[in-house]
Amino acid sequence: MDALIVAHGLQKYFGTFHVLQDIDFSIRKGEVVCIIGPSGSGKSTFLRCINQLESIEGGYVSVDGEIAGYRRDGNHLYPLSDREVARQRQSVGMVFQRFHLFPHRTVLENIIEGPVGVQRRPKQQCAEEARALLKRVGLAHKADAYPGELSGGQQQRVAIARALAMKPKAMLFDEPTSALDPELVGEVLGVMKELAATGTTMIVVTHELGFCREVADRVVFMDAGRIIETGTPAEILENPTNPRVKSFISAVL
Amino acid sequence: MSDTRLADPGQFVVVPRRKIGTKILALVFITMLILLVRAFWLGDIAWSYVGENLFSKAVMAGVVNTIIMTFCAMALGILLGVLAAVMRMSDNPVLRSVSVGYIWLFRGTPALLQLLLWFNLALIFPTIGIPGLFSLRTVDVMTPFVAAFLGLGIQQGAYTAEVVRAGILSIDKGQTEAALSIGMTKLRSTLKIVLPQAMRVIVPPIGNETIGMVKLTSLASVIQYSEVLRSVEDIYYVNSRVIELLIVAAMWYMAVVTVLSIAQMYIERYFSKGWGASGRNETAPAPQTTVEEAV
Repeated sequence: MDALIVAHGLQKYFGTFHVLQDIDFSIRKGEVVCIIGPSGSGKSTFLRCINQLESIEGGYVSVDGEIAGYRRDGNHLYPLSDREVARQRQSVGMVFQRFHLFPHRTVLENIIEGPVGVQRRPKQQCAEEARALLKRVGLAHKADAYPGELSGGQQQRVAIARALAMKPKAMLFDEPTSALDPELVGEVLGVMKELAATGTTMIVVTHELGFCREVADRVVFMDAGRIIETGTPAEILENPTNPRVKSFISAVL
Repeated sequence: MSDTRLADPGQFVVVPRRKIGTKILALVFITMLILLVRAFWLGDIAWSYVGENLFSKAVMAGVVNTIIMTFCAMALGILLGVLAAVMRMSDNPVLRSVSVGYIWLFRGTPALLQLLLWFNLALIFPTIGIPGLFSLRTVDVMTPFVAAFLGLGIQQGAYTAEVVRAGILSIDKGQTEAALSIGMTKLRSTLKIVLPQAMRVIVPPIGNETIGMVKLTSLASVIQYSEVLRSVEDIYYVNSRVIELLIVAAMWYMAVVTVLSIAQMYIERYFSKGWGASGRNETAPAPQTTVEEAV
């Protein structure tokens, strides 16, 4: 099995609060996995652990065979430098609930900041790629706008383009539509569906069960820091066996 | 249903409020101002001395020195301030402690005292240098300029550090996370993403501090640095026209501060890029709030 991202025995605490308890998870190349579950169940925290925005207290996460945050030598793990961690982060793109575009940079500058500033690729080429990405998310005409001039849905699509510009091996979406007005949710989900259809490896934390049903290869249900159930969208969304999952699904639908 | 309209819209005439209080107040203050000007005019001030000395060579040299010292001390202050603020917010406990210690030490003592300490450094260390490499007499190194530059710049850095830190804290943590997520190191995300945005918050108080610094340089007159106050003092020690020459100095301070205030306005406009406060975004209605509302 060619797993791209693996979490094994992952433990995470906020102080004494055990946020993630013994998480085992893996995703194959090209797979789309949706993580659902009630607020505070640790979904977002898990996603942030994959991208090393949170420290972990036990177990490990690996991306494409590399253990996140450490250099492995036999059974010894040596913490990586800030620079090495930054290099590792480049292999996973992250899309945030609140977009977090850089407000002092234009849309195009937001997108090429990573490729040019971090990856040191030629500016001309990156700008061309950025325009192609903007076209892909339907915002070719907004290249020179500032984020403050865009609607939430447009900002989120730029944020997706910014993450894609790094050519990541996988994309993480942390409730990408939760901060949007209802009528803007569709345009963002549309872009994500297109990504899924073109073989992007995606982990999506979401409350959009319709999106899960349509796009996900697998759905993971989390509650109180644990993965309670994993299965196809049909198994989890249509015929949940676990009573906790069943009550959540019926409450959301 | 009965007609509830009171009259046709065109029928009403709005009578402006008479604002008698405001007019009386204005009259009182204008009278006081006239009396004050008259008092100074009739007072024992030889205005010809003011005119004579306003553009004299010695005074102009003092003005130039004041401007140079303001610029140098602020440059050092901002450099140290940014450094101390970034250190204070780092994960490294050693860097944090050094920064806290620096701020504590140089904010804890008066600027004048620090100037005197630097100027008299030779009393503690007659020579300075690296043993075996070179050695200099401290009195030769610690000229009035160097002492004032170090004294004012280093204490300014301690204040600026807190201003910069407040600016950095005002930026959403999500900005750093977004920067990290596209592979930036922590340092790079601070310098390229957080600080440029923090400038919006930092510039107004820094402008304030710069204006403060113009006047703080007058302290350097005590250690023989010939800034504008020192140069007018040197003149009135000779001709005893104390008030006339103090007025000359005051006029120059006000001129410099006025120019700086205007410069500050333009700098603020530059750093509010993307925030809808200037230039191309003028038409965008308060972008940040629209984002907040969408949440």
